[in-house]
Amino acid sequence: MEQIRAIWRYGIKVGIIGGIVLVLMALIGMIEVFTQRQVIADIISMGHALYLAAGLFICYMAAKRTTPAKPLWIISNSIFAGLTTAFFLVLLIILGRNVNLRMMFINASDLLLNNLLTFGVEGNSGILLLLYVGMFTGLITGCFYLLPKIVRTVILWSLAGSAFAGVLQELIRPILTNNFPDAISEWLLTSDGLTMRGALSIFIFIALAIISWSIKGAGIKQGWQGLPKKQQSTWRTIGTIILLAIILVAPWRLGLFMSEVMTIVGLYVLLGLGLNIVVGYAGLLDLGYVAFFAIGAYVTALITSPEIMNLNWSLWAAIPFAIFFGILAGVLLGVPVLKMRGDYLAIATMGFGEIIRLLVLSDALRPFLGGSQGIGKIAKAQVLGFVFKGPQEIYYLIIAGCILVIFVSWRLKDSRIGRAWKAMREDEDVAQAMGINLVSNKLLAFGTGAGFAALSGVIFGSKIGSIYPHSFNIMVSINIVCLIIFGGIGSIPGVIVGAAALIGLPELLREFAEYRFLVYGIALVVMMLIRPEGLWPEEAHKRELHKGNAKEAPG
Amino acid sequence: MQTKFQRWKESITATDIVMWVIGFALLVLIIFGSILTLRAGRYTPVQWFDFVIYGLAQGSIYALVAMGYTLVYGVLRMINFAHSEVFMSGPFTAYYVAAYFYRSSLLESHPVICLIIVFIVSMSISTLIAFLLERIAYRPLRNAPRLIPLITAIGASFTLMYLFRGLYGTGFQAYPVWKIFDGKWALFQGLEIGKMQLFVIFAAALVMIALYMFIQRTRIGKAVRSVSEDKEAASLMGVDIDKTISITFIIGGAAAGAAGVLYALVFKQVFFMMGFIPGIKAFTAAVLGGIGNIPGAMLGGLLLGLLESIGPALFLDGYNVVAPYQLKDAIAFLVLVLVLIFRPTGLLGERLAVKKA
Repeated sequence: MEQIRAIWRYGIKVGIIGGIVLVLMALIGMIEVFTQRQVIADIISMGHALYLAAGLFICYMAAKRTTPAKPLWIISNSIFAGLTTAFFLVLLIILGRNVNLRMMFINASDLLLNNLLTFGVEGNSGILLLLYVGMFTGLITGCFYLLPKIVRTVILWSLAGSAFAGVLQELIRPILTNNFPDAISEWLLTSDGLTMRGALSIFIFIALAIISWSIKGAGIKQGWQGLPKKQQSTWRTIGTIILLAIILVAPWRLGLFMSEVMTIVGLYVLLGLGLNIVVGYAGLLDLGYVAFFAIGAYVTALITSPEIMNLNWSLWAAIPFAIFFGILAGVLLGVPVLKMRGDYLAIATMGFGEIIRLLVLSDALRPFLGGSQGIGKIAKAQVLGFVFKGPQEIYYLIIAGCILVIFVSWRLKDSRIGRAWKAMREDEDVAQAMGINLVSNKLLAFGTGAGFAALSGVIFGSKIGSIYPHSFNIMVSINIVCLIIFGGIGSIPGVIVGAAALIGLPELLREFAEYRFLVYGIALVVMMLIRPEGLWPEEAHKRELHKGNAKEAPG
Repeated sequence: MQTKFQRWKESITATDIVMWVIGFALLVLIIFGSILTLRAGRYTPVQWFDFVIYGLAQGSIYALVAMGYTLVYGVLRMINFAHSEVFMSGPFTAYYVAAYFYRSSLLESHPVICLIIVFIVSMSISTLIAFLLERIAYRPLRNAPRLIPLITAIGASFTLMYLFRGLYGTGFQAYPVWKIFDGKWALFQGLEIGKMQLFVIFAAALVMIALYMFIQRTRIGKAVRSVSEDKEAASLMGVDIDKTISITFIIGGAAAGAAGVLYALVFKQVFFMMGFIPGIKAFTAAVLGGIGNIPGAMLGGLLLGLLESIGPALFLDGYNVVAPYQLKDAIAFLVLVLVLIFRPTGLLGERLAVKKA
């Protein structure tokens, strides 16, 4: 009996979960909104691509779960998963015909239920088609699962690449038209979506790249390691210079929108690197970090703006003041929390951050800080008549700031202070026993981090021109902590990758702003479940996470 | 032989002295401000009484939500950031039931039954969400380093918030008004008490007592307490850890669902971000009372509610601060920070001092 049940039980189990997920996806309006965007023009929309991809993923999971992994059983389980999922959607459609779901679920429109979910076929034949699609998805996925691993990787990555190109077409188009002959963009893109030949060529291109790398890759790696040390470092320098050159010309080649996105990412990189010193190096979880960002911005505003204090100094004069006050605030707020650890430290710093925001917001301090109206007319930076005003100019300020901060944190990392921080992070009591002065080292970490935050506050203030207390709420702190951990705690490239993934990608997909935070949240959870060390982890930390999972780590 | 005093003197550092000076200065400021306010006589005793009642009503809602935080912290040692979404999900879903009753005028004819049904719906949805949250997001991370569950909780909080936004929309939904709670009861000498406030305080007290009894008196409650004392020892005694943790989330979810309906009744609206601020406040309340400690959470909630409603008028009005009520959240957070600095175990908590919190 157990033997026979294995033919369908995994499929139905996974299918129930998958069905619920797909029904939710339909009900939150994701599919309907995304159908407005074509991935491949006139052939498949993003909504349907997502819908099918989710179905494929469900069937794949069912195939993967199947034990014992006999080919026939894998296929049957996969088919059952597809059918179960489709069954849930059919239930939703039938329910939608008899009850007005819109009373409760605002996105359960007629169009969605009777047209989009059934691939454009209406009525009962649509339901039948949906069941067929479920079955065939299962069948195809089951067969796909039985292919050798290399073939699977190639197909998956190439499909993902084409889909990605389709989704980001509006980003790709200006890059292609600005930098390459028109023929390429005409070959790949129409006015709304990839062309069929474009999608195919991207698919083939990626497939070839992966195949050739898997054949030649090991040889190239060996060749690199075989090179003498000196040659390696020259190549590295050349690589760095090329990278820098690309970074420097990027805003002018990529257009205004991309520059704006890059300045936002750059600001978060600056903030993230500062917090990385506090959280990543010293292990002090600070959820009130936005306060120092706010202090930097407000000091700049008070010094350079004609409103309130009417000093009208230049932005350059404001930078040292802002950083000084930032560091001062960091140390002052650090003193009371010296003895706290772990969660309690997080809550106390969060409390400080909120208190500062609420004080700035209050009418009581309005004559000094502008209250909810904020402070406007913040000066732009100027050098010899060159004004840093638009995103393309501000970008250079941010790059300069990032390079400075990256350099400082890179040098700090293995310095005496950096090693003291690391010891503190691992175990405070042991560190103290080894003669590390906890008070001064903790305050140094808070101060350095706060200084970096204040610097980014200056640039932020100058970038947007007028600041309001609402820009400095706790979500900013939480975002920064998330991007650090997402990228890999304590790692400098990790912060950059994390900022690009968590801040940059959602900015690029602005039209889907509705689902931005939903995807953000899911990404965080999934990331923590399957790859807790982050995208680009620091070596020591990665080892730690994979070695002793059994014991509770020190807080 | 060192005397106790000498040892104490040696253990004191410069930062301690600084902290005590700051604390003392704050205390003097608060007392001086209160004296100024009371002498100026800007508020009548009736007004003070109203402050107290509003504070207690608000505080009992905080106390209910705080129970969820404190229970989860007890068993898992994590801040369940997504608890504020558990709090939101119940009343937001129950709104549609309430709105149906309102349209079909059942609300007019059978208000009490409708209210009970709304409570049941809200509590079951919140319970379900809390249960699934633990099952899907937290259970695989049982032994992960501390930061990881925290980030997961933040991610889950975003996910739930925006899932409900997608399902029910972004707008504020006006909760139907129960006519039975309109108006006030006159007590004596001109003192009046709002029926709504009275109901909130009683309902919250009822739920709290029921849950407290459940935890103190039943076998399952005993298991929950034993897991929060020591997980390994409890599992050696035959307690099913996974099941007990699930039950903890269920209890917390039920309390949050009830608190959510009370909140919606008082503020008469629901929307997808309604959980955020009460969530942070309730967490503050849990810390104030001593996190991990159930009576502490109740006490902390009531105290925080009172502080928020009386504090701005009492402490700040004396100094002629403009619009002191804008600073009520700042007072709540200041209290939080002060408690963490001077009494990190909270008012009633003792246990965590040992556990290196």
